[in-house]
Amino acid sequence: MKTWVSNRQSTMETNLWRLLLSVQPSRGLVDEKFSVRVQNAPPAHPLTMHALLHSEDGDTWEAFGHYVTDSGGDVNVSEDPSLGGTYDGVEPMGLLWSLRPAPGSRPGLRFRKRDAQTPMQVRLSVYQGHQSEGFMDRAVLASVMVERWYMAPGVRRVNITEGGVTGTLFLPPGPGPFPGLMDLWGGGGGLVEYRPALLASHGFASLALDYLKQADVKNEYFEDAYRVLQQHPQVCKNRIGLVGLSFGSSVALKMSVYSNVIQPRCIVCVSGSHIHAAGSRLKKTRYNEENQVIWRDLLLPVPTDLSKKVDVGRLQCPLLLVVGEDDQNWPVPESADDMREMMEGAGNSHLLTVLSYPRAGHLIEPPYSPHCRAGTFMAAGSRKKFIALWGGEVAPHSRAQEDAWRKTLDFLRENLYCSAD
Amino acid sequence: MSWRSCFYFLRAAHKTLYTLQEQLGLLGRSGIRPSSTMAQTVTPILSVLPTRGLVDEKFKVALENLPPRFPVTLHSLHQSEDKDYWEAFGYYVSDDRGRVTVSQDASLGGTYTGAEPMGLLWSMRPVPGSRTGLRLRKMDVQSPMVVLISAYKGHVFEGFREQPPMASAVTERWYMAPGVQRIDIRERGVKGTIFIPQGPGPFPGVLDMWGGGGGLVEYRSALLASHGFVSLALDYLSPKVAVADDQSLVYFEKAFNIIQQHPQVIKDRVGICGLCLGASVTLNVAAYSESVSPRCCVCISGSHVLPAAKSLSYVINDGYKHMDKLLVDEQNRMVWRHAILPITTNPDEKLDMGRIKCPLLLVNGDDDQSKATVESAEDIAKMMRAAGNEHLLTTLNYHDAGHLIEPPYTPHFRASNFIIQHLQQKVLVLWGGKTKPHADAQEDSWQKILSFLREHLYPCPSSSIPQAKL
Repeated sequence: MKTWVSNRQSTMETNLWRLLLSVQPSRGLVDEKFSVRVQNAPPAHPLTMHALLHSEDGDTWEAFGHYVTDSGGDVNVSEDPSLGGTYDGVEPMGLLWSLRPAPGSRPGLRFRKRDAQTPMQVRLSVYQGHQSEGFMDRAVLASVMVERWYMAPGVRRVNITEGGVTGTLFLPPGPGPFPGLMDLWGGGGGLVEYRPALLASHGFASLALDYLKQADVKNEYFEDAYRVLQQHPQVCKNRIGLVGLSFGSSVALKMSVYSNVIQPRCIVCVSGSHIHAAGSRLKKTRYNEENQVIWRDLLLPVPTDLSKKVDVGRLQCPLLLVVGEDDQNWPVPESADDMREMMEGAGNSHLLTVLSYPRAGHLIEPPYSPHCRAGTFMAAGSRKKFIALWGGEVAPHSRAQEDAWRKTLDFLRENLYCSAD
Repeated sequence: MSWRSCFYFLRAAHKTLYTLQEQLGLLGRSGIRPSSTMAQTVTPILSVLPTRGLVDEKFKVALENLPPRFPVTLHSLHQSEDKDYWEAFGYYVSDDRGRVTVSQDASLGGTYTGAEPMGLLWSMRPVPGSRTGLRLRKMDVQSPMVVLISAYKGHVFEGFREQPPMASAVTERWYMAPGVQRIDIRERGVKGTIFIPQGPGPFPGVLDMWGGGGGLVEYRSALLASHGFVSLALDYLSPKVAVADDQSLVYFEKAFNIIQQHPQVIKDRVGICGLCLGASVTLNVAAYSESVSPRCCVCISGSHVLPAAKSLSYVINDGYKHMDKLLVDEQNRMVWRHAILPITTNPDEKLDMGRIKCPLLLVNGDDDQSKATVESAEDIAKMMRAAGNEHLLTTLNYHDAGHLIEPPYTPHFRASNFIIQHLQQKVLVLWGGKTKPHADAQEDSWQKILSFLREHLYPCPSSSIPQAKL
C-alpha cells in the first residue's frame, strides 16, 4: 500500500490532515453490531469506507460505501447514509453483510468459516473520494483490523466421538447445566461448527453433528447423538431443542415426529421442508440463464399422500419455521403453507410460528456475514460440483438474517430457558 | 499481531481461567453435576457485551430470566499475573420482568453502590486472605485481562468460592487493539517498547514515562497506540539502563528522537506523557532541552519542584534529603507528600516553568498522599502567569482522587508495596484517593487526555497554531 505523503514531511509543509478511524467493539461476536466512525476530516468531504476479508481458502471479499463528512468532518456509519457502493442508505452493518468476492475471483464462492475458534479478520479502511474499484492500488487514509468471533470467551469446544457419533459440542462458560441444542446442517455434509459455537456463546450447549458421511444414515445415529447430548453432565436432559438448516430441517422434523427417543422441547427449521426427499425427481431440475441449478421443483407439487411427507399434525412441541420467499433450492414457502394447513387440520397449529421473508433465499445464516445468491455445491458423498442457485437479494436477505437470528434466539430462550417444567 | 498469536494467548488465558474455575469448584468437568438442577432453580441468562473490549471501553452486564423482585449478587473475579485473586460485587434486585441491567440499576451494596456500569471492574480489590499491599498491573499487554462475571442468589458478601453461581460469563479486557504492533527498542542505549497503530500512517507520536517504581510499564502506551498514537514506553530507571550522570536529558532526548525519526511518525507531532517522576522528567525536557521540542505535554501527578537540568540520580537523591518530612502513618505506610511542602520560593530549587513553550495538561488528585501535586500545580500557574505563558496551561484537579491516576476501569489502591529503586528497599506507600472518586477521575481524565493529545497532535484540516485550552 502506498502511503499518503512522504513519511518525513512535516504537517506545516503539506497541510496534511490525518483522520481518525475507530470501530467499537474491535473484537465483537459475529452477531454483535459495531459502530464505525471517522473523525478529523474536512467538512463535506467525500470518503469511501471499505471492508476487506480474506477467507480461509485465500479468496478476497470486499464491500464499500460512499459517504460525505458532516460539518464537523465526521462520518458515523450507524447514522449517516451510504450514497452508493455495495450497499446504500443508513446501514450500520452494511460493510459486513454486503461483502462479495473481489473482481476476478473464482465463481460460485460462498463464505464459510471452517475454524470456529479463530475470528474473522476484517480490515476496514477509508479512501479519499468515492471509489468503486481498484482499491488495492489506491492509497489508504486510515485502516483498522476488526475481529468477528463465533465463540465468546470461555466457551469450550469438545470433540465428540462416543457411541459412534461424530460431532463437536460447544459448552457455554459457567457451572451449568445448560439447555442443549442439536444443530443439523444441510446436504453439503461435513462438520459445520460456526452456528453451534455462536449458539453456545448465547448460553446453549450445542452439538454440531456430522451425519452425512454415508449416503444412508440410519435414524439410530440421530437417536444416539441425542442421547449423548442428554447424558452430558452439563446439559439439562429435559431442555433440548433441535436447530436445522435445509436437509437438516427435514431430519429434525422427521425425528421429532417419529422417534421415541428424540423428544425435543422445541424445533427451529430454517429453509426446510417436511416433504420426503426420496420422492424427488431429478428431471425436474431447472437451470437459469447463468447455468445455475434450480432444485426447488424437485419436491413439488406438495404431495397430499401422508406417506410422502412428515405428519406434522403429530408434532407436540413448538416449531419455528424460517422461510425465504425467494428460495430457489427447496420449495420452502410451499412446504410452510402445507405444514400450516396440516397443523390447523390436526389442531396443533398453536405450536407453529412462521417467519417469512420476501426476497430472501435459502441460506439464512447468522447475521452480518456475506450473502451468497448462487454458489458451488457438492452433495455429501458425491464428487460432482454444481453452481446451485440459492436465491435471495443481498439487502433483503441480510435483513432477514438479522431478524430471523434475533427471533430464533428469543424462541430458543423462551422455550428452553424460561418455560416451566 | 497475527491471529495465531492472538489465539495462543487466548488459549493460555482460558487455561488460567479453567484453573481458576476448577479451584473455585465451579465447573462440572469432573462429571459431578452441581447440586441445583434446572428443574429446581431458575437459571438466569447473563450477558456481558462486548465480550472482548478494550480496557477503556464500557461494557453492558445484564441478567434476564430471574423471578421478579429477586435478590442477586453480581460478582467479578480476576486472577492477576502474580496469581492473586481480585474481586468486586454489587447487590441487585430484579425488576418486575425479572431483569437486572447494571448500566441502569442501582447496586444496593457490595464493593460499589449506585448505578455504576463499570463498578464490577473499578471497585475490584484483593480477595480476603490475600497478601497485603497488592497493586494490579498488567505487564504482558499482548494478552487480555480475563474477568469472570457471575450471578449469585441473594446478597452475598463472602464465601463466593464455596457456592456455585447461578450463571457465569467471561469477558476479555485488552490494552492492545487488533493489529497494533509491539516492537522492542534497544538502540543508542535506549531501552523501551514501541507500539504502532494499524494503518498506513504516518501517525503522531508520544513518549510515555512511568514513575519512580521503575521497569518497563507498557500498558498505557499500548492503549495510546490503540487510539492512533505511535507510543514509546520508556524504561529509564532499570539498573542496566545507562542514564548518564552529568548529562541528564540526553537519554530522554535520544528516546524522543527515536520516535520522531520513526518512518511512521509525523515528526513535528510528537508529545510527551508522564506520571509522577515521569511527569517531572517531562517538564524538565520540555523546559530545558535544547534539541527536542514536544508539541504538547501531559503530566499526571507530577511536580516541578526538582533541581533543574541535573542528572536523574541527582534528582532522586535530592528527593531523599527531605527525609525528616517523610511520615509513616499508623498503618506503617509512607506518606511522602510533605517532602516538597511548602513549595519553595527559591528558583534554583524548581524548574523554570516560564520556559515552557508548548501546551501543557496537568492531571492531579487532591487526595494525593505521595506528592503535593495540587500545590505544585498552583505554583506552576503562578510562575507561568508571571512569565506570560499561562495560556498554554490546563489543570485538571480531581477531588478525593489519589496519586496513581491510570487508564479507567482498573482498580484503585489507596496504598501498595513499592520498591525504592536506589535503596532496593520495599516499603508500603500511601497513594491516597477514595475508590469511587478516584475511579471517576480515571474515567474523566483519560477522555480528556485523549482529546488533548488528539487536538494538539492530530493535524486537522483547519489547524494552524496549536490551541492551548481544551
